Amino acid sequence: MPTVFELQGITKRFPGVLANDHIHLTLEQGEVHALLGENGAGKTTLMNILYGLYTPDEGTILVHGSEAKITSPEDALRLGIGMVHQHFMLVPPFTVTENVMLGVETLHYGLFLDRESVARRIRDIADQYGLQVDPAARVQDLSVGAQQRVEIVKILYRQANILILDEPTAVLTPQEVEDLFKVIRELVARGVSVIFISHKLKEVMDIADRITVLRDGKVVGTTRPADTSLATLARMMVGREVILTVDKAPARMGPVVLEIKDLQVRDDRKQMAVNGLSLEVRAGEILGVAGVQGNGQTELVEGLTGLRPVSGGEVHILGHDTTHASPRRILEQGVAHIPEDRQRDGLVLSYPVADNLVLNTYYLPPFARGMELQAGAVLASAAELVRQFDIRTPSVLALTSGLSGGNQQKVIVAREFSRPIQLLIASQPTRGLDVGSIEYIHQRLVEKRDQGCAVLLVSPELDEIMSLSDRIAVMFRGQIIETVVGGAATPEQLGLLMAGIHPGEERVPAAVPA
Amino acid sequence: MGTSVQKETQPGIGREGPASQPRARNAIWQVLNTLSIPVLALFTALVISAFFILASDPVILAAYGNFFQSPVHALAISWNEVASAYTALFLGAIGSPAAIVVAIRTYLATGQTNGLIQAFYPFSESLVAATPYIFAGLAVALGFKCGLFNIGAEGQIYIGALTAAYVGYRFTGLPWIIHAPLTLLAAALAGAVWAGIPGYLKAKTGAHEVINTMMMNYVAFNLADFLLNGPMKRGGSTGYIPISPDIQTSAYLPKFFPDPIRLHAGFLIALVMAGAMFWFLWRTTLGFELRTVGSNLRAAKYAGINITRNFVLAMALSGALAAMGGAGEVMGVNHSISQSFSPGYGYNSIALALMGGSNPLGVVLASLLFGALSNGATAMQALAGIPIDIVSIVQAFVIMFVAAPATIRFIYRLKVEGGVQAVFTRGWGGG
Repeated sequence: MPTVFELQGITKRFPGVLANDHIHLTLEQGEVHALLGENGAGKTTLMNILYGLYTPDEGTILVHGSEAKITSPEDALRLGIGMVHQHFMLVPPFTVTENVMLGVETLHYGLFLDRESVARRIRDIADQYGLQVDPAARVQDLSVGAQQRVEIVKILYRQANILILDEPTAVLTPQEVEDLFKVIRELVARGVSVIFISHKLKEVMDIADRITVLRDGKVVGTTRPADTSLATLARMMVGREVILTVDKAPARMGPVVLEIKDLQVRDDRKQMAVNGLSLEVRAGEILGVAGVQGNGQTELVEGLTGLRPVSGGEVHILGHDTTHASPRRILEQGVAHIPEDRQRDGLVLSYPVADNLVLNTYYLPPFARGMELQAGAVLASAAELVRQFDIRTPSVLALTSGLSGGNQQKVIVAREFSRPIQLLIASQPTRGLDVGSIEYIHQRLVEKRDQGCAVLLVSPELDEIMSLSDRIAVMFRGQIIETVVGGAATPEQLGLLMAGIHPGEERVPAAVPA
Repeated sequence: MGTSVQKETQPGIGREGPASQPRARNAIWQVLNTLSIPVLALFTALVISAFFILASDPVILAAYGNFFQSPVHALAISWNEVASAYTALFLGAIGSPAAIVVAIRTYLATGQTNGLIQAFYPFSESLVAATPYIFAGLAVALGFKCGLFNIGAEGQIYIGALTAAYVGYRFTGLPWIIHAPLTLLAAALAGAVWAGIPGYLKAKTGAHEVINTMMMNYVAFNLADFLLNGPMKRGGSTGYIPISPDIQTSAYLPKFFPDPIRLHAGFLIALVMAGAMFWFLWRTTLGFELRTVGSNLRAAKYAGINITRNFVLAMALSGALAAMGGAGEVMGVNHSISQSFSPGYGYNSIALALMGGSNPLGVVLASLLFGALSNGATAMQALAGIPIDIVSIVQAFVIMFVAAPATIRFIYRLKVEGGVQAVFTRGWGGG
């Protein structure tokens, strides 16, 4: 296999940080080369260098054997290098055709956009690589997975043959991940070379031909999936042994803490997203709600926590009717909430860590006396929580925006666990976190369960649900279609349920999620 | 914070990203960094305005017509013109340092205060001019802190001034200790109600406060027009001028010095309000709520904070501050209200809040600068014959450069520190 590019001794320094330290990396034609590493290991920096967004302080880049100076994304594209960023670069009100031709417009008479010929080429590319894309659709109407395909088409349209995918699965549902992997396999079969950036071990084992692990800006090693294991990769990535499975004793279930009867909650478009859902969560158990994203999980959690009005049904927490209660009254019943999107809902990023640690208790003693905040008590409690929960921050007065994702999540966990709680509602508690932080959060959830707290865990990650839950409720189109015992469920069985199919009545179309 | 020990024993957990910065080097550097933009903005504005000064003088323009015959002459008279203009501006705004020194010496030697009064008169006038700016700037800044864009400070100033004038002349025979505070409080209350309305509409219906406060300005202006030509019109010789009767002397804000110094208690009250606002925002639970709503509305809801109450509270407090600014002018300076008594305090205050970074101390400093500039403008016109509008141009450029700090950073090649920029208000899309 010919080598398409080679990075030699690439070094990039930022003030106070060595982001890339003499990195050597090669990509061969027609391979998927995964860059694996925790958040902040230097993966994205390295790829931004290759894509011309940063210039390296040291080192050379060879593309097809000759040295290349890449100082802008245009340079990169000219060399056949295209990148799909974590956050898509699309204009939502434009059609797929318009987005693809943006910047390289084809014109009639040098004046009018030639949409037809572009659409035709998009269809050709789509057929060739098995990408399902409708050139006439507006990007804002497309699912996230389809938008990602548009990004890939954009790059192929510009005749790039080296594709950099930066955390491409972070925003996808399990089915969409499968679809993406099919596309990637099709691309490499036709000679495209792919760099696949990720911190998810299983995906990398699934899709990569070779895996290079980065840690603290250095290459730890390069290996092939056949020659390694999840545990080995995790150790290379984190730098120590990582417990990938969660050890937990059998649940000692207590009385019912959360009782949901026939709950109805509407989404932003006024559609019934939660439609007659009933569920019970008992003290001392973790009840996992599995399901493909967009089946009403968000609305369920928001309805339970008072953030979204409930249209029908009843919610009782410890016997109190909280169906239409305010968020504060629900919090004061002893409910903790780890929100789905920590930066949007759970934190004020422009606040110091200390303020976020009292975000919902600031008005209670000892943090307030009358209406006056007690800065001393706030800071003392913050210092204690930072120590106890091992939050890595330069100081309790440092801005929360400067913390890594894992540490931001720890701030939320520390805050919620520092109150006396009876019920914990955790929505995607490990979304976007690296292996070390995931392990930590999982341990804390189990610890809370063992202390007799009722835990409602909502997550689209089947692995997470299966390894943590004592019971698993599968949510489909706003309802719980089945509840199974945690240890007894297989991924296949849950996958079918998530697609809305009860085992035993398997008249299944081909597109069943794994 | 005691984490260093654990760092060694548990190296992997939640490692900081490469962006983790060394601890902020020192506070002084940060203060300098914060001040650099406004200071450079002022400097740049003065430099650019110099060209307008030159362009406004036909003699200089003529000299440039003959530039190639006598370039030195053109440049020399340009320099003289600009230097004398800015010297006059400085003398008008601050006073003559030499005269101040002499006056202090004379006072110490003889106990004569006349010289002192004359020497400090320009500076005292700058403080008088700054007073309404401080009130209105704090008002807009408080709105920003809750994520609200209060465009309506100008109207709220009028409501405050109208109320103060009415209470000031209508009630007679009250002792000063009751009448003056009553007048100020009535004005603040009226402003609070006036601005609370758009706050309530925003919270309950989502109606954008920018539109509603702006529209309520027109209501306020025309209300003033109606009242000053009708029910509140002054009788007697000034019959056709829309102006209210003079307020009772018992409603005057006290002055500290003999005439001609006009500095009145309003200036102190403005400073106290800045302090009170700081205390309220950063030391009370109500302020914490208000700032949280302004910083992240969704997180505020999540934390159980009542959004409606905070929107209404923020607008009401904002309106009260602006109205006190209007009342201060009535009670401390004019002792009546005329139809056009405000030269746009309310509109400039938006720029002041931005310039001060929505921080009470910053707003006070920015207001002092604006007060000094507008006060010095008069001297510039009188002493150097420069049109008073030049100062408006200086102010406009200061605002422009402060509102778009990227320009200043570009000109002086400043680096963005930390990359986190203050967000003054959420977008215009409502929400």
